[in-house]
Amino acid sequence: MRINKKAQAGTMQSSDLIVFVEPADDLTIEIESTVQQQFGHLIETRIKQVLKRLSVEQCRIMISDRGALDYAIDARVEAALRRAN
Amino acid sequence: MIHPQLRRSLLYVPGNMPAMLQNIPIFSCDVCIIDLEDAVPRTEKDTARLLSRRFIEGYTQRNKEVYVRINGLDTPYFRDDLAQILPAMPDGIRLPKCEHPSHLRRIDDLLTEFEEYLGCEIGRFKVIASVESAQGIINVNETARASSRLVALGFSAEDYTANLQIDRPKTGEHLVVPRQLLLMACRAADIQAIDTVWADASDQEGFRRECEHIKVLGFDGKSLINPRQIDVLHEVLAPKPDEIDYALQVVDAIKGAREQGTGVVSLGGKMIDAPVVARAVRVLLSAKSLGLVDTDIDEQVIYGDADS
Repeated sequence: MRINKKAQAGTMQSSDLIVFVEPADDLTIEIESTVQQQFGHLIETRIKQVLKRLSVEQCRIMISDRGALDYAIDARVEAALRRAN
Repeated sequence: MIHPQLRRSLLYVPGNMPAMLQNIPIFSCDVCIIDLEDAVPRTEKDTARLLSRRFIEGYTQRNKEVYVRINGLDTPYFRDDLAQILPAMPDGIRLPKCEHPSHLRRIDDLLTEFEEYLGCEIGRFKVIASVESAQGIINVNETARASSRLVALGFSAEDYTANLQIDRPKTGEHLVVPRQLLLMACRAADIQAIDTVWADASDQEGFRRECEHIKVLGFDGKSLINPRQIDVLHEVLAPKPDEIDYALQVVDAIKGAREQGTGVVSLGGKMIDAPVVARAVRVLLSAKSLGLVDTDIDEQVIYGDADS
């Protein structure tokens, strides 16, 4: 999947996250989270799984997380990527 | 035929709110209805579908039924709703704005196509349909019989009163006719009847009065918009101790009768036959869900032996 434009998905509500996506020449993931210290690496792993499943290799993706569980991370990242396609 | 599946409390949960979705396992309602329709703005339909799908996929240890309210058949959204949601295997679909039996037949055909595509049993996905207009009430008898997937009809008073161009006072006298017609159609078609939501979540006393009213009318359950309404509804619908005692006597009596090869018996001078047994079983199922009895109700109690 090719990222052609800027897009976002999600909210700043508790247990949710906002995902910003924009075109880039390489892959960059930036995470800001209320649980960064404990779970930052797990969030990044989860994001990479979605990127791999959707065959996205080039984009800048920025996450502002409010304690979202895995299913919400999956869904919001996928939604933002599809909107950016 | 009776319906062993309790559907007293059907709680709507917005499909675009993770904080609510992830509480579904701990809500004490009988059914959660994940909403992709009214609770979700048009611009968020895509993310709500994905959120709901991913949540249902991960909710493998189910302790209640999960339905998804799709968008109406008159919208451009319902096909994408089905395509995204059904692979996650919800128990069924809540169909809004079901005003004609053809609407049910259409959703039945679509669900069959998806079941074939997904390789699951035909009829796996059940339907609870909402009747929301004067036309829907006029057609309700045919609608109630339009699909073998239909396990219940729900009534939506908000849309119904809007359609009739009247206010919706809390007293409910303006809803007597549609409630009775829907209830009779459900009973005649042997499906469950689900009452409308009580929209004022802050008015718990008004809600309790309405629960008592629909219990008298005979509704099996009620749609809910707030988790705080669940316990009040269950408390109102809970069988009284004398009802439970009588139900236990009925079940004992019919078991004894069946051992002697008959399906009819007298208890305290009153004939106990299939409808009385059915009522007793419903009472015991409800009581068991509240921890009031520990009696197991098996198929033989409900239906008797296959050749009896």
